[in-house]
Amino acid sequence: MNNPNAWFQFALFVGLLLLLTKPLGLYLVQVLDARGKTWLDPVVRPFERLTYRLCGVDSAQEQGWIGYTLAMLVFSLVSLLFTYFILRYQDHLPLNPQNLAGLTPHLAFNTAVSFTTNTNWQSYGGESTMSYFSQMVALTIHNFMSAATGIAIAAALVRGIARQTAQTIGNFWVDLVRITYYLLAPICVVFALFLVSQGVIQNFKPSTVAKTYEPYTIPVAKTDDKGQPVFAADGKTPVMVDQSVDTQTIPQGPVASQIAIKMLGTNGGGYFNANAAHPFENPTPLSNFLQMLSIFAIPSALTWYLGRTVKNQRHGWAVWGAMAAMFVVGVLVCWKAEASGNPIHQHLGLAAADGNMEGKEVRFGIFNSALFATITTDASCGAVNAMHDSFTPLGGLVPLFNIQTGEVIFGGVGAGLYGMLIFVVLAVFIAGLMVGRTPEYLGKKIEAYDVKLVMLVLMVLSLTILGFTAWASISDWGVAGLNNAGPHGFSEILYAFSSAVGNNGSAFGGLTANPANGDPHWDTTLAVAMLIGRFLMIVPILALAGNLAGKKLVPASAGTFQTEGLTFVVLLVGTVVLVGALTFLPALAVGPVVEHYLMHAGSLF
Amino acid sequence: MKTLLLDLKTSVLVTVVFALLLCGAYPLAVWAGGQLLFPGRANGSLVTDATGAVRGSALLAQNFSSDKYFQPRPSAAGTGYDATNSSGTNFGPTSQKLADSIKAAVAAYRTSNGLPADAAVPADAVTSSGSGLDPHISVTNAQLQAVRVAKARSLPLDKVLAAITAHTEGRDLHIFGEPGVNVLLLNRDLDEAAARK
Repeated sequence: MNNPNAWFQFALFVGLLLLLTKPLGLYLVQVLDARGKTWLDPVVRPFERLTYRLCGVDSAQEQGWIGYTLAMLVFSLVSLLFTYFILRYQDHLPLNPQNLAGLTPHLAFNTAVSFTTNTNWQSYGGESTMSYFSQMVALTIHNFMSAATGIAIAAALVRGIARQTAQTIGNFWVDLVRITYYLLAPICVVFALFLVSQGVIQNFKPSTVAKTYEPYTIPVAKTDDKGQPVFAADGKTPVMVDQSVDTQTIPQGPVASQIAIKMLGTNGGGYFNANAAHPFENPTPLSNFLQMLSIFAIPSALTWYLGRTVKNQRHGWAVWGAMAAMFVVGVLVCWKAEASGNPIHQHLGLAAADGNMEGKEVRFGIFNSALFATITTDASCGAVNAMHDSFTPLGGLVPLFNIQTGEVIFGGVGAGLYGMLIFVVLAVFIAGLMVGRTPEYLGKKIEAYDVKLVMLVLMVLSLTILGFTAWASISDWGVAGLNNAGPHGFSEILYAFSSAVGNNGSAFGGLTANPANGDPHWDTTLAVAMLIGRFLMIVPILALAGNLAGKKLVPASAGTFQTEGLTFVVLLVGTVVLVGALTFLPALAVGPVVEHYLMHAGSLF
Repeated sequence: MKTLLLDLKTSVLVTVVFALLLCGAYPLAVWAGGQLLFPGRANGSLVTDATGAVRGSALLAQNFSSDKYFQPRPSAAGTGYDATNSSGTNFGPTSQKLADSIKAAVAAYRTSNGLPADAAVPADAVTSSGSGLDPHISVTNAQLQAVRVAKARSLPLDKVLAAITAHTEGRDLHIFGEPGVNVLLLNRDLDEAAARK
């Protein structure tokens, strides 16, 4: 950590994020108001009107929470099926120059759920599985729509908090269209072009075959004329033959357009298997920096939108401050762990000052890998520019714990804010219990029904993560997917279900969820976990929004708990960390924590 | 029920409109802009030789193993440097396999570069990158390999060191990331300089 340049990059990142928050927040206020005005109106407004007319949307008509929820659920189901069928039958669809086959039912289901829920967990390697059409249509459409849905839900909740004795919380279709047309699409066009300027590819050509500079041989399994592997006399050992390699197949495709929305929409599903570590997805440190900033930009601005809409800007900044505090601590812990490196490897002769470079790229180095890992898991992004599986135990604990807090540290677009507001309601409730008053939040009484909804969300999510982890840990199908033995293997399972329920999508990537023998267990359980994590969160939140909207405002009195200032920030951070810690510490103890001590004792598995 | 059917109809229509705009017009616009403004980069930063044949991409590592070439980082992409199978090893910190492979790589690195048995080896030289296609090595790693390369090519050491400096990519805008040496471009230039003689 004695790298002054890295400290400067860190300060620059936080500073730029802070500077972006208000201007983008102001813009969000206009976008999330059906009658809002933006400087894009002359160009976009006609398209917006045309879309409403084509789709039969009455933009003046707001919905109650049930209407809003139904629209969101039906839309999610339709778009999920749309993606499922494209993936199943991509071999019959255009733009498939590599002639890739259609996906198996469980892989298509897993992937369709994964992208619909903004998770972007990838059980497949993109370059060897997905046609250009599948990438560009079946997957990219969800990168926009799941992001827009998340922001819409957050806006609906904020409206519910701000309104009094109201029946409605907005119109889902209007929110969806306005967020996509005014916010996501315009930024993405500019951002994608910038990415191309850095070396991210954007074309529709088939792969290029390059004649490499130095031919070499690799041992491969010998096959007979039917393509079956040949075994030695013992019937088990495959016979190996040398194969000369003098070419490298360079993948191509429409990558930049997908990467821009993958980051901005906190989706995280990469075009290539190696995600943002791949030089074609993230070629330079500059592209890396802006990709990181684009993950946090909208979530950060939404806190300003919150403050503005509830007419208490200091509350918005307090929420921002709580998020920023937890973010900075996460980065420092992860950075320290990775910079200190692995004593086992250092004992073998590796330069100690270099830190842990396994699974990291030279152009990013230790700091930018640790920063990216923290950001991508604070948010529900899940893109990775280094392999989390190969992080040191404590370096890997930070992303894992970030996900387990519910991804409320800036969080996913929309999802971060509504997730954090769950904790705000809980914090206010706890504060109310401590002083013995009916808890209030911004002038609304928080009653039993509200707290029940909040607890429902928290308990369902924790139970799903821990339940599935326990099941997989004692099942043959669960253990079969592991890439590492010992406590690290358990961490792989725990990370997978935390990531699925949290709709993050990053992984301890050694885990094989789509095994060659076609066992559907991992794909299916992860898909169910993702559905629970998305919809059993959103539906109670919309119910909370509807309930809060209907309440009367109570004038503030001397005994009202202030939801601003340092006391509130500390209480909020405490609530997030304590709930996360109390729920997950036992599981973390047998995963990364014990592995940390074993690593220092020199144990290998 | 009526609302539900109406939602269904709207959902289908919105999906179609969004597909046309976001999956048709948007990638095409980026494609057109990219091909117009940055054609080389939009098509993979390909490296060609004098005959125009494609030899690789400036952004993707290739396998180099003989003494006269600088060697990239170990690769876990497919069978090694397979650009259709980008991947890291995903071995954890207490993995026996990872420790074994690092041990072997450290010994091989010291032998081939004539380093003493207790010399610290640059971490990037013996660990696999996240993508398996990392085009860079650290400057220290390149400098340690320079003696071997100079000897194999019968070149003066300072010429090889100068080539390293020429292919060191500094921090973007002097701020972002870490410096690295592009192995493929460095090796290509050494080959081309040798061919010109």
